[in-house]
Amino acid sequence: MTEHRDYAGGKLGMWLFLFTEILLFGGLFLLYAAYLHRYPADFNAGGKQLDVVLGAANTVILITSSFTVAASITALRLGETTRCLWLLAATVALALGFLVNKFFEWSAKFGHGIYPGSEHLMRLPPGENLFFGLYYAMTGLHGLHVLIGATLLTVTAALVRRGRVTQGNFGLLENAGLYWHLVDLVWIFLFPLFYLIA
Amino acid sequence: MDHGNVDGLGFLASAPGRGGLLSWIGSTDHKRIGLLYMGCIVFMFFCGSILGMILRLKLMTPGSTLVGPQTYNAMFTLHGVIMIFLVVIPSIPASLGNILLPLQIGAEDVSFPRLNLFSWWLYVLGAVLALVSIFTGTGAPDTGWTFYVPFSERTTTNVSMAVTAVTILGFSSILTGLNFVTTIHRLRAPGMTWTRLPLFVWSLYATAWIQVLATPILGITLALVFAERVLHLGLFDPGRGGDPLLYQHLFWIYSHPAVYIMVLPAMGVISDIIPVFARKNIFGYKMIAFSSLAIAFAGSLVWAHHMFTSGMSDTAVLVFSFLTFIVAIPSAIKVFNWVSTLYKGSISVDPPLLFSLGFIFMFSVGGLTGLVQGSAGTDIHVHDTYFIVGHFHYVIFGGTGLGLFAALHFWLPKIFGRMYDKTVAKLSFWIILAGMNLLYFPMFILGLEGLPRRYYDYLPKYAHGQMLSTVGSWILAVGLVMMFANLYRGIRRGPLAGDNPWGAATLEWTTSSPPPADNFATEPVVTRGPYDFRGVARRD
Ligand code: HEM
Ligand SMILES: [Cu+2]
Repeated sequence: MTEHRDYAGGKLGMWLFLFTEILLFGGLFLLYAAYLHRYPADFNAGGKQLDVVLGAANTVILITSSFTVAASITALRLGETTRCLWLLAATVALALGFLVNKFFEWSAKFGHGIYPGSEHLMRLPPGENLFFGLYYAMTGLHGLHVLIGATLLTVTAALVRRGRVTQGNFGLLENAGLYWHLVDLVWIFLFPLFYLIA
Repeated sequence: MDHGNVDGLGFLASAPGRGGLLSWIGSTDHKRIGLLYMGCIVFMFFCGSILGMILRLKLMTPGSTLVGPQTYNAMFTLHGVIMIFLVVIPSIPASLGNILLPLQIGAEDVSFPRLNLFSWWLYVLGAVLALVSIFTGTGAPDTGWTFYVPFSERTTTNVSMAVTAVTILGFSSILTGLNFVTTIHRLRAPGMTWTRLPLFVWSLYATAWIQVLATPILGITLALVFAERVLHLGLFDPGRGGDPLLYQHLFWIYSHPAVYIMVLPAMGVISDIIPVFARKNIFGYKMIAFSSLAIAFAGSLVWAHHMFTSGMSDTAVLVFSFLTFIVAIPSAIKVFNWVSTLYKGSISVDPPLLFSLGFIFMFSVGGLTGLVQGSAGTDIHVHDTYFIVGHFHYVIFGGTGLGLFAALHFWLPKIFGRMYDKTVAKLSFWIILAGMNLLYFPMFILGLEGLPRRYYDYLPKYAHGQMLSTVGSWILAVGLVMMFANLYRGIRRGPLAGDNPWGAATLEWTTSSPPPADNFATEPVVTRGPYDFRGVARRD
């Protein structure tokens, strides 16, 4: 069968896929909205217990990584493969930084007895329990997406190195970049909802 | 045109050097993937039907017979899970849609062939997990196919694995939809304008959008059931501040649109078949195409009609009741257009047309009883009774099931190049139709008399109806076996069918039967509409 390459088709498919990802998170956002409406005071109290500095640091990290990934696409299109690879490496490093940061944040919370199903959470008012339930569900799902995104970018980088993704055939890198922007975008919603609500 | 040696031709024959099983389960040819789906779906349909037969046998007489109550619960759960998620939802789009969509728009393949194969593998994984969930853990899931909380969070049976299976099946469905939308936008042959698309393609297009837009909600909802069971977040647990009603909302936001994933492709099939056997252009092409999109859109707004008795504000009940009635309009448009197409047509009563007429009849009964449930007042009386069981079997078995059978009888000669025995096909149709009606019609009466659904035992006053229904299930089973045996025999040994046995005008009939691996010898150029029969001849 002849090999055909449909750049616009690939893009369309990716946008549709991103849409499904947004809807996947959408279910959780709906739950968030419903419970915020029901327990505004408890959500406020829950938000106070999250570390704004750590959250803000992660926001900066992700926004920076969105920039590096965008720059890597430009670099490839200009034919500067080495620069593209460095920028991709930086993006993946930032992603790992995000996860490490998240790890410390979660372990600190665990240390205070705040983890899904814990005794401590059971004793809190129901709204706060739900706040943390949503916190773990949503940031957990988002963290999983960071991991998937970083893997995708690593694979793409390997293909750039092997000359399979090139100046003339950069669709895969562009789509991986789009995915990464989505990961960033979701976080930009999560950050105020959890950290700044107090 | 007859091809002398049909088995040596087309995509069914293996390419030189690449034979055997691997050339199928590793193939990215949309036709082979479609057939893989079809094989799996038919197999799952047998599993689900056998469960259904046992349920019916248990219900034949009151009292504790045949199976215990816990087994009964597990069996209707698995019957539902298998039939809904493994049979009906993928039935037409994933099997026949995969085979026919590229052929009908003059493309070589779908946009993402490897993704297509991956979807099939996800389907297999989901199917295996669903079956394994019966035999592992501390017992087969017993929640019903809706996995309602809080019971699904608390029951010790193997619900976690079942919801994982369904989530995976959801992703398979999303990827198929995504592939179809892209294919329809990007790969139409020259001259294949939007108003020359066969109506089956239009229906797949509308279906694909629902698959893409609704299924992620199911994914996250069932993932949350899993999380609740493992991590006890409390999101749906009233003991921890959560609200089970929110689960019902999320579940039906997917599952109501899902009923249109089930029925829209069947409507597309009917719209393609009727003009061929009436030898007339379809009446109201644009209305039918548009009504598919209208159903997809309106159908996404009515989910809460499943929750009239769950405790919602009166305003919400009113709004959702009103919206539900709106969906009936585009469905009725289709029915009227089919009937108008038949009017004064020169009709040849072949098996595909018979099954299509069966579809129209059964779907109309199912649709009208849907309105009874869409009105909040009457729904309060019939909710969770056998009336519901009757309704959805009329729609999804009588509708989608017969639509699938119509499609099989219509396109089988194209796919395999051989014809089945038409007399046996017609006979099996009448037996199936009789069996279905005897099986499901008494349920309406039983429901109106107050027999609740999902109950293991019942009062003697319902015994009469239950008995009739069980007898119906045997008649139906006879018809099904007869039909499948006839189709199978046709595939193996039937007479050669030729490229265009029915004299249809859509693009797939212009290539050979079975089609070659690349679909068309030369890229087709489309110069006419899909139901323009001038100059197209029937074989007999
Ligand atoms: C082979 C013939 C069939 C028989 C004898 C049969 C019989 C039954 C029975 C006895 C029930 C249980 C009702 C209850 O206890 O509430 C049931 C439920 C159900 N059936 Fe079928 N059925 C058949 C075909 C189908 C098909 C083709 C589908 C797919 C569309 C289907 C989908 C369902 C669903 C979704 C339920 C609901 C399960 C639940 O209430 O949780 N059935 N069926
Ligand atoms: Cu519904």
